[in-house]
Amino acid sequence: MLFLLETVISGLMAGVMYSLVALGFVLIFKASGIFNFAQGVFALFAGLALYDFIAQDGWFYGLFGFVLPVWLGIIATMGVMVIVAWLVELLVLRHLVNQEPIILFMSTIGLAYFLEGLGDMLFGSDVKPLNIGLPSGAWDYLLDNYNLYVEKLEIVAAVVAAVLVIVLAIFFQKTRIGRALRAVADDHQAALSVGISLRMIWVIVWSVSGFVALVAGVMWGSKSGIQFSLSLIALKALPVLILGGFTSVPGAIIGGLIIGVGEKVAEVFGGPYVGGAIENWFAYVLALAFLLFRPQGLFGEKIIERV
Amino acid sequence: MFYREAGQFKTSYKADQAIFSITQDRFIVGLFLVVAFGVVPFLINDYWANAILIQFLVYAMAALGLNILTGYCGQVSLGTGGFMAVGAYASYKLVTSFPELNFILIILLSGGITAAVGMVFGLPSLRIKGFYLAVATLAAQFFLVWLFNKVGWFFNYSPTGMIVSPPREMFGYLITGAEAQPGARYLFCLSFVTIFALAAKNITRGRIGRSWMAIRDMDIAAELIGIRPLEAKLSAFAVSSFYIGIAGALYFNVWLGTAEPTEAFDINQSFFVLFIVIIGGLGSILGSFLGAAFMVLAPIGIKNLMVGVLGFDVSVAKHVELMMIGTLIILFLIVEPHGMARLWQILKEKLRRWPFPY
Amino acid sequence: MSLKRNIGDTILAVDQISLSFGGVKALSNISFSVNEHEVFAIIGPNGAGKSSMLNCINGFYHPQEGTITFKGNTRRHVSPSEAAREGIARTFQNIALFKGMTTLDNIMTGRNTKMNKGIFWQALRFGPAEKEEIEHRAVVEKVIDFLEIEAIRKTAVGTLPYGLQKRVELGRALAAEPDLLLLDEPMAGMNIEEKQDMCRFILDVNDEFGTTIVLIEHDMGVVMDISDRVVVLDYGKKLADGTPDEVRNNQAVIDAYLGVAHDDEE
Repeated sequence: MLFLLETVISGLMAGVMYSLVALGFVLIFKASGIFNFAQGVFALFAGLALYDFIAQDGWFYGLFGFVLPVWLGIIATMGVMVIVAWLVELLVLRHLVNQEPIILFMSTIGLAYFLEGLGDMLFGSDVKPLNIGLPSGAWDYLLDNYNLYVEKLEIVAAVVAAVLVIVLAIFFQKTRIGRALRAVADDHQAALSVGISLRMIWVIVWSVSGFVALVAGVMWGSKSGIQFSLSLIALKALPVLILGGFTSVPGAIIGGLIIGVGEKVAEVFGGPYVGGAIENWFAYVLALAFLLFRPQGLFGEKIIERV
Repeated sequence: MFYREAGQFKTSYKADQAIFSITQDRFIVGLFLVVAFGVVPFLINDYWANAILIQFLVYAMAALGLNILTGYCGQVSLGTGGFMAVGAYASYKLVTSFPELNFILIILLSGGITAAVGMVFGLPSLRIKGFYLAVATLAAQFFLVWLFNKVGWFFNYSPTGMIVSPPREMFGYLITGAEAQPGARYLFCLSFVTIFALAAKNITRGRIGRSWMAIRDMDIAAELIGIRPLEAKLSAFAVSSFYIGIAGALYFNVWLGTAEPTEAFDINQSFFVLFIVIIGGLGSILGSFLGAAFMVLAPIGIKNLMVGVLGFDVSVAKHVELMMIGTLIILFLIVEPHGMARLWQILKEKLRRWPFPY
Repeated sequence: MSLKRNIGDTILAVDQISLSFGGVKALSNISFSVNEHEVFAIIGPNGAGKSSMLNCINGFYHPQEGTITFKGNTRRHVSPSEAAREGIARTFQNIALFKGMTTLDNIMTGRNTKMNKGIFWQALRFGPAEKEEIEHRAVVEKVIDFLEIEAIRKTAVGTLPYGLQKRVELGRALAAEPDLLLLDEPMAGMNIEEKQDMCRFILDVNDEFGTTIVLIEHDMGVVMDISDRVVVLDYGKKLADGTPDEVRNNQAVIDAYLGVAHDDEE
């Protein structure tokens, strides 16, 4: 029983990570209809950049002889992500307005290749332990009183994710830019016709999702170091999106948690019977089975087709 | 000047429907085939066969398959690597279980088995559309690769988990195994690709191809004019998987000779073939070949340029290669989202009017 | 109209059809019948349920209550592709052509249900498959001829102007040689010449092939001129049916279109 609970909790924590990456997907998809495959690489890139600002062996230290404090490093990384977002809009998206979704999707795979190569070349491809002073180790209170092993870092990740979602929700619902974002999400042309700048909105959205990627990169990096596998969690975010629906923020969160728990429980309790490593595909099959019963996802509305 | 159709009249529907309705086209294609079949096999060496030509043919075959599904029927699939694995493992099991079986038959049967598997994984397409389906096909990709990794029966319980293609002959020439000559292996692949490219062209311009395209362009309207979505989509999955299965069987037996699922058939294979199809041109048979040529040659060209001409370090060159490929893909999508096939068409159109600008 | 047509027996009978989406009633208790070789119009204000009615007839929507009898077969649920195979063809309010395909291929898809050669013959494209293709091509060429669209035979339809696209769509429906042709606002957004052309085609189809036509149209002049009988819908309910003259003088219809005397809002 206790073991099951521990499994579920560790699944929830993995789910938080999936949710964070899926959140970045949802933001971009909502505002531009683009399925951004590069989101995972964004997280990797942000993590690498942050590492280089604050670590002794980063090239920032090599260049200037000192490192930035963590808070400044995060701000600087945010700046880098804004620049990336701006460049993406300037060099890629602007030229692909009105193309088919599949074309846009492929272009983000191209983008992922590019950033991966660039990140490796600039920052090197070895695993880098990111330490920004987040607590680590088991949470003593739970371990002593209930004999439950829960990492402090995972609790922090969950809290940060929750705060992030609340901030984003307020940003979307209450601010002027948020309203413009929702307008663009609904109809590009109509938004343009009331004077909303599509380009500015796209830069903002990609920046925000760059920020979400940064958070994901920090959390993942603190746990298991910044490494190439980070870009692969983008693939894990896909079934999350299927469960939650491509356009729903709460869907991304809940979908992430379901997938995280589902695959951990399946791996621990079902894996040994079939030879293990079912984590690789369980999420997809779960999402697929789910889709067959509810094609519009968890939070999508039923589609009435018209001709 | 020389590329004119003036004076060539079509007097029957049959002539109007021919694949190459202009004499000049027929001449060029004929010449191309003569060189490919009659000249290249005698000049080919190991480097050209392994690094370029056989690789090109295998990927062209896979691209034909994916183009049928994605380009003609509009169903995006990211499971190509997994289906290639099915073809490869099916051929391995067949060739080791029935050593007497003709090798052509083995390849065809592998395609047939892959078609059946493809239809099973195509079933969700009846309820799921667009990107949701693309993600659903990832289930096929990961599940199949996992299956071939875990279940010993598929790799005959070999301790390394690798599968090795035993040597097989065709008309007295070895075509698989380490002893096989590059010319024979190349010709074997070329024959398959040529025949099946023609078949693909024929299917796509007939009734079945039109029903695929109707589903692609507007599935509701297609249904309302009497096309059964079940039939159209599943047949597209079956035919597409058949091609991809053959590509997988050739990939393993004739090109690599050995394979191991995690590396040889991973998700990057799926993306690679998808790139070929998009860059070559969705819904174009010719595009599958142009795209395959581009995606096979571009990395080799970049690498030679970087290491050979500019003198970069090999490890740096690898990163730059990745960046360049990413850039090239984006550039291509910006310049011509309809792919190389469309560029070719525009060029032909220009050629017809030359020397007049319009 | 003074056409030499023999109006025959009932070909389509709609009986007590009710359709709702969630709580919204799109159609309630609609009944009418269409005779063979007739031009039959469905009119009514926006949102009256006209398109929903057509969608029920060719199986795209499944009504919760009531039955539809076509050529003697009574049914409530039928899949769209089965309806098409039974001989119901239609065009759409918003053009629903296959944009990536040429005019010729679009119209050829209309013949799909009548072709049956298997995939092996198709792959070889030799013998039976080629013969079949050429036979059907000949039929399609007749349709192309009839609609006067020879010049755009090999143009991708996505690039054609609106009026021509509508014509190609009609061609696709005609290629199926239907017994019943459903036209959903065939003249919406057309200028006067295009409307005249379209009217001519509709009447010619009816006259030459004897096809029964059910059409939805907002242009009252056109409706009153070309249809034999008219049914009027409003808010999913049937107000009246009968000949154009009867409907024109029906008090309920006048009220619906022009408003009731004591109603200040309309």
